[in-house]
Amino acid sequence: MDTAASSTPAVRKKKSKLWQTITDFFVSLYNINKFILRFFREAFMPPFELKEVMRQCYEVGVRSFTLITVTGFIVGLIFTKQSRPSLSQFGATSWLPSLVSIAIMRALAPLVTALIASGKVGSSIGAELGSMRVTEQIDAMEVSGTKPFKFLVCTRVLATTLTIPILSTYTGFIAMFGGYLNVAQNEGTTWSTFIQEFFDPLTYTDFVASLIKSIMFGFTIGIVGCYQGYNSAKGTEGVGKAANGAVVTAMFLVFIEEVIIVQITSWFR
Amino acid sequence: MEKKIVKGDHTNPVISIRGLKKSFEDYHVLRGIDLDLYQGENLVVLGRSGTGKSVLIKIISGLLKADEGDVEVLGSNIAHITEEALQALRIRIGFSFQNSALYDSMTVRKNLEFPLVRNRKGITRKEIDTNVETVLDAVGLLQTINQMPSELSGGQRKRIGIARTLILNPEIMLYDEPTAGLDPITCIEINDLINEVQERFNTSSIIITHDLTCAKQTGDRIAMMLDGQFQRTGTFEEVFDTNDNRVKPFYDYNFIK
Repeated sequence: MDTAASSTPAVRKKKSKLWQTITDFFVSLYNINKFILRFFREAFMPPFELKEVMRQCYEVGVRSFTLITVTGFIVGLIFTKQSRPSLSQFGATSWLPSLVSIAIMRALAPLVTALIASGKVGSSIGAELGSMRVTEQIDAMEVSGTKPFKFLVCTRVLATTLTIPILSTYTGFIAMFGGYLNVAQNEGTTWSTFIQEFFDPLTYTDFVASLIKSIMFGFTIGIVGCYQGYNSAKGTEGVGKAANGAVVTAMFLVFIEEVIIVQITSWFR
Repeated sequence: MEKKIVKGDHTNPVISIRGLKKSFEDYHVLRGIDLDLYQGENLVVLGRSGTGKSVLIKIISGLLKADEGDVEVLGSNIAHITEEALQALRIRIGFSFQNSALYDSMTVRKNLEFPLVRNRKGITRKEIDTNVETVLDAVGLLQTINQMPSELSGGQRKRIGIARTLILNPEIMLYDEPTAGLDPITCIEINDLINEVQERFNTSSIIITHDLTCAKQTGDRIAMMLDGQFQRTGTFEEVFDTNDNRVKPFYDYNFIK
């Protein structure tokens, strides 16, 4: 039934704003898909910017290394410490290394690394490319007969895709070390026993799933940061928006991917 | 330095534009532009801010797409060429940006090498160094070779920006507001450099500006953009010999009448 209220200017304005939001969402979905397809079209065609990929890998690694070391260690230490009371109620503190290993290697290491990298690396890529866009540096590359997409986007996405899995593995081992220190202090477990109990419950599927997850997280962080920066507009305001958008969108997508991959992996167990 | 007027070869336009139109949503910036740039001449495009002067050269270089009309650059209609052909064409066009657009993360040397190593396959290290030093010497800034763009003054950045375009030996130069934001002495130096580039590298140029001193010192021909079209074209004196209220204030302000 069409009521009088449904046609008031306020309602019409609300409806058109909602319609605009929906349209904008699908337009950006289309654009990001186009951006991803362009990446696959250009990244694996010569000439390859290997030197720049290596430089970006170094940048990604160095930018996040300290934070990841500290965070990984604290995650391992705190997770072990917080899990002990629950296990000790059942006299099962000897299961701590197994519990820590499953939690860290299956979920925490890739997730924590991805979240840190979203903040450190994603925002930095978004801001860097955004500022290059607004100061016409990307246009300057384009008019000088070079391919800015290949040089700026493909190299950065490849770098995050390659480096995040390495950082994620590193986080896992640092967290393991944090966990070991706590277990050694409280239970007096030796290093060799801890290592044996840590790796015992892990299967080949766990390692492969973690690796695939990290690769996807790395790709997501790189492509989202580049998309936001490469398409930024409206001057310096756009640079801030690009950096912010890179972090928020990447984190959101990382969580969604985590849920999907955990579900898929559980079918293989 | 007194400008020696170059009469371009009028049988041989390097850029030929007919009926060019461009709008941004409801704002009609270019409303039917007709323009020829002849071999060897410096053409100055004058006009108020926001009249679409920069849009015009961005369309010529393929950074923006025209809504309507034909833009023929060095014999190729840029609306109908492939991405590869456009890229090859761009190497023959130098674009000097208003804010220089130097790559912040690279030294002056790397800025200059960047287009060179990507467009000249098989070029040796020695040839790269020679080319870089030659163009830096041409703009008088050889001593800045290892500096970062952030360490340079506005005028130096402009010169390096011009050097970066010259390194590919372009046939056409597009200057977007070459003297904007510079002090008068540096402006004169940049104007002299534009004339020197024209003579030494035998380029045909479009210079976008609203600085009449720059127009007078560098232009062989002036095209005045008003209401999205070229309303007056000719020598500096011909363009400003008018009582048109849209043109006169331009002259009066620049020459303090």
